Amino acid sequence: MLFELDSVTLSRGGREVLRDLTASLPEGASCVAGPSGCGKSSLLRLLNRLADPDRGTVTYRGADVRERDVLELRREVCLVPQLPALLDGTVADNVRFAGQLAGRDPDVERLLDLAGLGASYAARDSSRLSVGEQQRAMLARGLALEPDVLLLDEPTSALDDDARGAVEATLVDLRERVEVSIVLVTHDLAQARRMSDWVVRIESGRAVQQGPTHDLLPA
Amino acid sequence: MSTGIDVSLGQVAAALALVAIAIAVSFWQRADLEGDIGIAVVRSFIQLTAIGFVIQVIFDEDRIVFVIALIAVMVGFGALTARHRASKVPDAFWPLAVALGVAATATLGLVVALGVFEPEPRFLVPVGGMVVGNSMTASAVALNRLGDDVHDSARRIEATLALGATATQAAAPIVRRSLRSGMITLVDSTKTTGLIFFPGTMVGMLLAGADPEDAVRLQLILLYTLLGSVALAGLISIGLAYRNFFTSDHQLREPPEP
Repeated sequence: MLFELDSVTLSRGGREVLRDLTASLPEGASCVAGPSGCGKSSLLRLLNRLADPDRGTVTYRGADVRERDVLELRREVCLVPQLPALLDGTVADNVRFAGQLAGRDPDVERLLDLAGLGASYAARDSSRLSVGEQQRAMLARGLALEPDVLLLDEPTSALDDDARGAVEATLVDLRERVEVSIVLVTHDLAQARRMSDWVVRIESGRAVQQGPTHDLLPA
Repeated sequence: MSTGIDVSLGQVAAALALVAIAIAVSFWQRADLEGDIGIAVVRSFIQLTAIGFVIQVIFDEDRIVFVIALIAVMVGFGALTARHRASKVPDAFWPLAVALGVAATATLGLVVALGVFEPEPRFLVPVGGMVVGNSMTASAVALNRLGDDVHDSARRIEATLALGATATQAAAPIVRRSLRSGMITLVDSTKTTGLIFFPGTMVGMLLAGADPEDAVRLQLILLYTLLGSVALAGLISIGLAYRNFFTSDHQLREPPEP
């Protein structure tokens, strides 16, 4: 199993956002689905230790995430946040920054291509991109780490239908070209159906259903 | 260098006429500062008179240990005052106290070692006071900016941490900006000194009857000394304080709202 969460409780600002949650996420493409504010983004942050639970354990490939070096874990399990948050500089600067964190000299053009951006974007100022372009630049930056797992937090929530379809196509294409597991957080059950083989449904901080997507979310 | 000057209490009292103008302006424009101006006048009189007596004792005793004690007290009060201004920075007192203490020690140590001033209370007390005061202001501005920027950029910082960057790497752009904020006022005022305003030491020496050339040289020494001490205090206070926003596992203590 890629991730297992066992009786996890997490509070933020004095409010419990995850309550005694137990769930499994296998290798491959999984979705954590649920309405806004149900705690799914908070769950994602536990997987690469941007936060730790108050109670319960999170394991990654059988080992407690707290036993891993936290920086190594985050380079292996890379989280791409919901709202783009690039650093100042060009798109290439951002991609190289991530590559250097992992001790690599990244092939910027290839990574931009994988993320659905042309090589011409390398020299573009990161602050002058559309939201969709920033989202793809964030994806290229994450891929520069050559991660084993990509954690994607609502990667299409700020996009219109066309841009959403294009990003989904990019992610499908990415999985065919790169060996990487994906955990995608979404409020959109139709997207969960399109993009995953396994789904965990969350409501009010609890896992209410989990299993193969074709069983839980039949077309 | 002649520094003999007698100032009577009557002359000080006469200067209160200018305070009356300030109170009248506040009253006329309903700025509601009359009470604060009154408190400021009373406090400044009491505090400066008290420190005047303390300095007189230290000068009379002529012992370095009293200088060290006075500067230690200034550092403590400076750190307390700056902590209130940098309220968004968690546990800011110790970073500030260390920064002010190191800046004062290193700056005074250097000016003595370089032969700029003699190691005597009459030099070390006023220079130490200026160093601590300016370092406090610069550190407070820098930490205030740090607190605002970490709060405003939490999303970007966490996105950088999510790539496996250390807290130091994720905070680096903000640390740079905050240090710049703390230093820029003194750098700008040093650029314009003599053109737009006359700095305090020079004015004081000229009023006391000193030769203008001596007044200018002493002022230059102090400006250069302050630049060094402010840079040191800003660097140390920010370098220590930014860590308080993170856990030892490179997590933001107050993550952005989802």
